[in-house]
Amino acid sequence: MTDTPIWKTLLVWAIVALSLAFAAPNLFYDRVEQHNDAAAAIEKAGGSATPDQAAALAQWPDWAPSGIVALGLDLRGGAHLLAEVKVADVYAARIDALWPEVRDALRDLRDQVGNVRRQPSPEGVLRVAISNPAGLQAAVEKVRTLATPVVSLTGLGSNDIEVSSDNGEIVVQLSEAERVATDQRTIQQSLEIIRRRVDEVGTREPTIQRQGEDRILIQVPGIGSAAELKTLIGTTAKLTFHPVTRVTADAGARPGPREMLLPAMDEPNTYYLVEKTPVVTGEDLTNAQPAFDQNGRPAVEFQFDPTGARKFGDYTANNIGKPFAIVLDDQVISAPVIQSHIPGGRGIITGSFTVEESTELAVLLRAGALPAEMTFLEERTIGPELGADSIRAGEVAALVATALVAAYMIASYGLFGTFAVLALAVNIAMIFAILSTLGATLTLPGIAGIVLTMGMAVDANVLIYERIREELRAGRSPGAAIDEGFGKALSAIVDSQLTGLLTAVIMFFVGTGPVRGFAVTTGIGILTSMFTAVYVTRAIVALYIGWRHPKTIIV
Amino acid sequence: MAFRLKLVPTETKIDFFRWQYITFGVSVAAVILSLLSVLFIGLNFGIDFKGGTTIRTESTQVVDVGAYRGALSDLGLGDVSITEVFDPSFRPDQHVAMLRIAPQEGYEAVTPEVIAQVEAALQAVDPAITFPSVESVGPKVSNELIWKALLAVFAGSAGIWIYVWLRFEWQFAVGCVAALIHDVVVTVGVFSIFQLKFDLTIVAALLTILGYSVNDTVVIFDRLRENLQKYKQMPLRDLMNLTTNETLSRTIMTATTTFLALTALIIFGGDVIRGFVFAMLFGVVIGTYSTLYVAKNIVLMLGLDRTEKTRKERAKGDHEFANIDA
Repeated sequence: MTDTPIWKTLLVWAIVALSLAFAAPNLFYDRVEQHNDAAAAIEKAGGSATPDQAAALAQWPDWAPSGIVALGLDLRGGAHLLAEVKVADVYAARIDALWPEVRDALRDLRDQVGNVRRQPSPEGVLRVAISNPAGLQAAVEKVRTLATPVVSLTGLGSNDIEVSSDNGEIVVQLSEAERVATDQRTIQQSLEIIRRRVDEVGTREPTIQRQGEDRILIQVPGIGSAAELKTLIGTTAKLTFHPVTRVTADAGARPGPREMLLPAMDEPNTYYLVEKTPVVTGEDLTNAQPAFDQNGRPAVEFQFDPTGARKFGDYTANNIGKPFAIVLDDQVISAPVIQSHIPGGRGIITGSFTVEESTELAVLLRAGALPAEMTFLEERTIGPELGADSIRAGEVAALVATALVAAYMIASYGLFGTFAVLALAVNIAMIFAILSTLGATLTLPGIAGIVLTMGMAVDANVLIYERIREELRAGRSPGAAIDEGFGKALSAIVDSQLTGLLTAVIMFFVGTGPVRGFAVTTGIGILTSMFTAVYVTRAIVALYIGWRHPKTIIV
Repeated sequence: MAFRLKLVPTETKIDFFRWQYITFGVSVAAVILSLLSVLFIGLNFGIDFKGGTTIRTESTQVVDVGAYRGALSDLGLGDVSITEVFDPSFRPDQHVAMLRIAPQEGYEAVTPEVIAQVEAALQAVDPAITFPSVESVGPKVSNELIWKALLAVFAGSAGIWIYVWLRFEWQFAVGCVAALIHDVVVTVGVFSIFQLKFDLTIVAALLTILGYSVNDTVVIFDRLRENLQKYKQMPLRDLMNLTTNETLSRTIMTATTTFLALTALIIFGGDVIRGFVFAMLFGVVIGTYSTLYVAKNIVLMLGLDRTEKTRKERAKGDHEFANIDA
């Protein structure tokens, strides 16, 4: 057998040793996990550790590798949601906010355009009628000056609004470039706010990802149910403060211009007519905390930023004795009467809350409002017990599979079968080492992928051994037969494994959820099995030949 | 000579083309039958592809399908299917059932209220009941998932086709892809005939079958190419038999190890992935069959151009990585 260069052999053994070291933490999963959690918590707390944390930290040495595979929702239990953000909602809000500006701009041209009136129009379109048709061109020109360039890479050079005239009316809508840019912002904001809300409740390793154009995938391990997760992230939590014009029991009351009719949150048959433009909004909040009011009922205390505080202070000073509606997501939580000027921007929201509700509302207000509503297209809840059952089943199946494959390989190839089994063990360790280092997530189909890899990984060994057998039958010496076997089988190994790798890559890019988990482990398994079957087995065989110098070998 | 377990004798001289019209006819018939079944019986799509909700229930009390059905009948949910699940890994007092609720009319997304109602109704029947998993997919997503799944299978086949075409000659690529289509179609046909649940994981299994079947086929083609150089005068049919017999031991060996691993998984891996594992297990069997009886037969039918000119072209043309050295 030809000698492999020493550096090559050393490199192979070094990779094997590293793989074993990096796979090892997974054998002590609970311990390492507690160690890692404690380390993260201590770092967050700025270096000070509680006795519990110190004990958890001591369970695993700091110098040892501490990467472990993350367990997917189907193994750990948790909730999965796929939300679609209604990005178009934002267009309507933008266009509505434009109306006062347009009105003021046209007021300057009153002698040319006459009276200005907003016309009913579909959502996201602003139609303005003017009483003097001759001034239409001038009016359109004037409104165009309100446009600002779009700030985005793709929309370079275009303006945010499109102004045209139609049937004697001015039509204003968002330009295509602005829509794209707005969608982008809406999704980014939604992602950020969902992340903040999920982080507030402090769960481990949530996944919050954008998917496609307008979707967000949220996976939170350890949370009780998807419904629970939905109340946390599905609420828009848009807080606004409006002047109240009238309280009524009539659900069909017609709001006047620039007014809206909102239901009360807790009292049936009570409706408030409020001014459409809020005095202050949740965006001006800097903090919110659960608290209790003077009667000991749960409430939420809030604090405005300087701008909000000034607006709030001015308004309360000028409107003492008038009711003031606190509105959350288009429902009136309460409408207290302003007793006195409230300086400093502090306030308290009372309603018929439970302690949980007030805590949750405070969380939502702190995290900020979602820019648009969301609908849920997919939701999955997996209980932790089912996950634990799946892990157990996967472990048993993997052990039995290993035993069966090992027994069969040893029965078929004797000593060389044992070498292949050793290489297989290294292969599994390598898969776990790579998964841990990449921080990949292991799912139940992923476990199936590993078990399947065990069955298919020995294929490369089989190809090599069958080839060695043939060469031996052809009368070659052991060393030459081994060289030929490894050499000639390589083309078939590379060919056959590359196609497998190809399907794994396609599965990874096209697939979602379970398909992806499976693709990751089979893909990694194919790569590692090529390495272990060819290089590791060869290194083991070389050790054996070097040690025993056998005259004949039986494969 | 030490003991060696040998499923295949050292030297075999099986004529794989002896019954070629029968085996080929059986394959064609199986493909047609599968297509007809998919067309007329259809597939038992899981919620991934059809939308709707599945609820897994678990209780210490015995599952009473009638009582469950009774409890849910007042809710007006339309089609509800309830099946009890058995698994060797369950504890004696672990009784599991799967409920499937059709998507509710007129909803784009999932309907959480429905789930809450169902859970409450079942808890009234059996207070010990718990819901280890609840999964809901809206119709909007399920439609997209169907297309994505089809795309994945097509992309997989196309990728393999191109790869084999680059590495071998076009006849091999055609034979290889015909074998793949045969394997995938018949597997889908089995799922249709026995109305097994067809969900996203089954698509992953189909892709794995693609990978496995092509792996098997390519190994034989690789040897065939080698033998084409070695025995220039041997008729193609004999050459193919020689090649297949030479590699038969390996084909059976690999099929057996994969089969053993998957058998462990189907018995002990739990009911959650049983359908998935079944698809792969079936795929290994049919993939091995198609390697021996479909792929080569098509290459033989198409014939290979074995004149010197093409071989020279091949040597300098698309074969630059045919002889990779270790």
